[in-house]
Amino acid sequence: MGLGAYVAVSAALFGLGIVTIISRRNIIYILMGIEMILNAANINFVAFNRFGLTEAGSLEGKMFAVFTIILAAAEAAVALAIVLNVFHLFDSIKPSEADLLRE
Amino acid sequence: MLGLLEFDPSIDFKLLLAVLLIPLIGYVLQIFLRDKLPRGDWILTGGMGIVALITVFLAAKAIAATTAGEEFFHASSDVGMQFGWFYSDLETPAVNVIAGILYDPLGAIMLAVVGVVSFCVHLFSQGYMRGDKRYAIFFANLSLFTFAMLGLVLSDNILFLFIFWEIMGLMSYLLIGHFGHDPSQPFFHRWATWASKKAFLTTRVGDCCLFIGIFMFWDQFQTLSFTGLWEAGRAAVEANGGEFPAWMTTAGLFVFGGTVGKSAQFPLHIWLPDAMAGPTPVSAMIHAATMVAAGVFLLGRMFPLLSPEVLTVVALTGSFTALFAATIGMTAFDLKAVLAWSTVSQLGFMVAAVGLGHVTAGMYHMVTHAFFKGCLFLAAGSVIHGCHHVQDMRLMGGLRRKLPVTYICMLVCTLAIAGFPLFSGFYSKDQILLAGWASVGDIDHFGGTALFALIALPVAAMMTAFYMLRLIFITFHGEYRGNMQEHMYSEMIASEGVEGPDPNEHGPGEHGDDSHATHEPHEDPFRKNSMTQALVILAVMAVPGVAWVVHTWVGGLISIHTLYPSGIADWIGAKVPEGIFDPDSHMAHVAHGRALYLSLFVACTGILGAFYLYVMRRDLPAKITAGLGILYTTCRRRYYIDEIATACVINPCVKLAVILKWIDEKIVDGLVLLVGRVNKLAGFLSAWFDRMFVDGAVNAVAHVSQAFGAAFRLLQTGRIQQYATFAVGGGLLTAAWLILS
Amino acid sequence: MDQKALQRAFYGALAVLTLFAFGAGLVKAGGEGAAFALFAVMTLGGGLVCVWERSIVRSAFALMSTFSGVAGVFVLLESDFLAMAQILIYVGGILALILFAVMLTPPDMEERRLPRVLAALVAVGAGVSWIGWQVAQTAEWLVTSRPLDGTAAEVAGTFGANADRIGVAFLAPDQYVVAFELAAVLLTVALVAAVYIARRKRTDIEPQTGEGVS
Repeated sequence: MGLGAYVAVSAALFGLGIVTIISRRNIIYILMGIEMILNAANINFVAFNRFGLTEAGSLEGKMFAVFTIILAAAEAAVALAIVLNVFHLFDSIKPSEADLLRE
Repeated sequence: MLGLLEFDPSIDFKLLLAVLLIPLIGYVLQIFLRDKLPRGDWILTGGMGIVALITVFLAAKAIAATTAGEEFFHASSDVGMQFGWFYSDLETPAVNVIAGILYDPLGAIMLAVVGVVSFCVHLFSQGYMRGDKRYAIFFANLSLFTFAMLGLVLSDNILFLFIFWEIMGLMSYLLIGHFGHDPSQPFFHRWATWASKKAFLTTRVGDCCLFIGIFMFWDQFQTLSFTGLWEAGRAAVEANGGEFPAWMTTAGLFVFGGTVGKSAQFPLHIWLPDAMAGPTPVSAMIHAATMVAAGVFLLGRMFPLLSPEVLTVVALTGSFTALFAATIGMTAFDLKAVLAWSTVSQLGFMVAAVGLGHVTAGMYHMVTHAFFKGCLFLAAGSVIHGCHHVQDMRLMGGLRRKLPVTYICMLVCTLAIAGFPLFSGFYSKDQILLAGWASVGDIDHFGGTALFALIALPVAAMMTAFYMLRLIFITFHGEYRGNMQEHMYSEMIASEGVEGPDPNEHGPGEHGDDSHATHEPHEDPFRKNSMTQALVILAVMAVPGVAWVVHTWVGGLISIHTLYPSGIADWIGAKVPEGIFDPDSHMAHVAHGRALYLSLFVACTGILGAFYLYVMRRDLPAKITAGLGILYTTCRRRYYIDEIATACVINPCVKLAVILKWIDEKIVDGLVLLVGRVNKLAGFLSAWFDRMFVDGAVNAVAHVSQAFGAAFRLLQTGRIQQYATFAVGGGLLTAAWLILS
Repeated sequence: MDQKALQRAFYGALAVLTLFAFGAGLVKAGGEGAAFALFAVMTLGGGLVCVWERSIVRSAFALMSTFSGVAGVFVLLESDFLAMAQILIYVGGILALILFAVMLTPPDMEERRLPRVLAALVAVGAGVSWIGWQVAQTAEWLVTSRPLDGTAAEVAGTFGANADRIGVAFLAPDQYVVAFELAAVLLTVALVAAVYIARRKRTDIEPQTGEGVS
């Protein structure tokens, strides 16, 4: 399997993430969509690390993916705290209800 | 012992780093632990005490070195202590921004000033802010404020100076607005919010100028470090045949714009008098050690790069501000407002001194001013605290028996600011007048500017002496008038209104403390009153004798020959009047004598005038003000600058916003509505279509059209997901454009 | 179409696609192709189910398939350490967090918004695939023809195992130690912030003594 196949999977996963974010009526889905997008990015990093013009055994892309995972963990923790808080404030976790920003 | 005072890079830079980091670490601890600490203040006050000790020690080292005739310039990057912020070899020329510590005479003395004054303010705040709801946060902010100023003083390049400059802007916003978080005090709530916004936005104008100036220098010199800039500036001027290139004048004016904003020079001075909406210790901090001093400090750092044309503008602005603010100061009745206007005026002196080429006089006045103005503000805080948050001087009077320590400290500092002989302000103001005389003597260089400055500055100095003593006489002498509050108050409202907060509204610092049950002004015993202790520390610096010692030391530390590396010092000689550059010249002696007599004369005239009007003939001031009529009103209304600014700048901005809002509401929303209507029509059509051809195939068509309808309707939800959709769509379109083009 | 038929059609189509992909992978690239197809289908099928399902619990579990599939993809890309990290952190951590959030908020069975989902799928799918196609046509990727780095033992012999080398890279002063420490700080800050944001305000429990709580 070549680079193209992996990049295609990554692109498709990215697209699914976007669709999840914009089409579902629940904040938790937005989080799920973000996780998918981050995963898609990770696949790209690792795939290019494997197939790109890198030295054998190079680590750059993998290290980047590790940091992305760390970031995702931090993001998930904070985002879920925010979800709980939004629920607490609006009694709902529909993003359409949390529209105070519009004021 | 002398070995201890020798410069030692392995220790000193670490000490400097510690000075910088202690307030920052204290801030972080305070923010996280504020409710857990037994008392909210000891970490920061203690830390600041250590900082004060270290900074004084380091200043002593600098003094020892310069007195011994050594050149005292130490950059931490020389010993490898530096912080590469961004760095790129790939571009030519290499872009690298490396921050380090610059430890030079100006920095050393400024450091000591900031450390000591900030420590006193912390100490004072323990008493003054007791019982405040946001006590811990207040201390944290105060500490970060100090951190920013220390960083500004220590940074060896102008970009980091700008970063700390901006942190300071933010902290001043937070601190001035300290009372803005308590809606139960409607007056303070409104006032503080408004004043903090005003301060932030006004200084922002200056900051933009400074930023442009910085980048003009970067564009030409590709360096941001001060030493590099000085050298590059000298090379550029020499390459241009000894004349400053035109762009340096423009850039210098932009840099001066930063000073105008931060140091409250005309016409951006309007924020400073309103900054007193914050707690009094914050005013002391802003007016003495931080914020406004930063602008003058910047002038000192950039002085070699300012062309003579810029210096003319600087001198004119400074002299005008000094005179202009002094006239307003004479008419104010709010205790803190008098002090605020006097700060604007004194800053004018400093800026004018730099403009006239006597940069050391400006810096020296900044140092003495920091101590006595810090003390004056803290003393005013003590008075206000003692009088239960009355700020109008007409409701005080006769306080010298009730607040003895405060009275003595304030008197000492008032004499200092008035330039009374042997007090600290006398020495520094004398130097500024000396600059005036010396530049008049050098009239080829300075032209009419010097004449204007030489007229404006002594008059302003006389007015300063007058209104400061007026403050003392009204506040501390005569009879106590606070008890007449009820009917006096209503009368005053009827005539021209009380200044400062409404005395019937309890100040934010008070929360039913038992000792405040009586309405007599009072002062707690010295032994357990951190407020008066802080006052005494600062006042000592202005006392004759001590002032002389400080004068000798600081005079040796910052002279025109030690302020910059030797090559630079010789180069800037062209911009400095001969009488100042060469203290042994004939002109120096002539100017010195004249300046001495002039400053004696103006100080004594002002003081005697105040004594005559406010002690001997108390009926006269009212008559004089009535006689002056519209002149007086104009002064009192601050020359209507605020009104003019509102009419010329703020209202147009608001109008523009209104117009934009109208466009948004009528035209943009109209378009959206139109799209909606079209969609609705499409929906109707498709529904009709649907009804007409009901079978499986058509159902699919209906679904598709519904999908499109839904997709279009997405455009109008006005919610997060809509924005996400737009972002994705925008990204796709951008990608498509990139691919197709 | 009623809900049940719709559901059946969706999963039927998914199953057929899976089989097809699996077969295609097997035919085109043998065992590796089949494995790749399996993981790709796990990844994308999970994502698709996640978008499709009405019940958020089912969506969350579908996400598990996605994360595991990505881990599998990492294995195929010779990143065993990343694959384990992916399973530990995503499947074990983040997914558990999401499930917590799901359980802590009320069941919110939304009505299916098929047009909305379909429109988004069609639009984004068309956009992404068009761009992907264009990029594939025009871009020149500098790709090695390097084969697999060898068997696991060989890899370990030549370069040291992945986990080993990553561990060294994390702490080597000339490599990633600053980023590593910063990441640690970030995680700490995020945790503290999460606790701070999510904690129940004291005012809600005792409204009388609300003073001093920010």
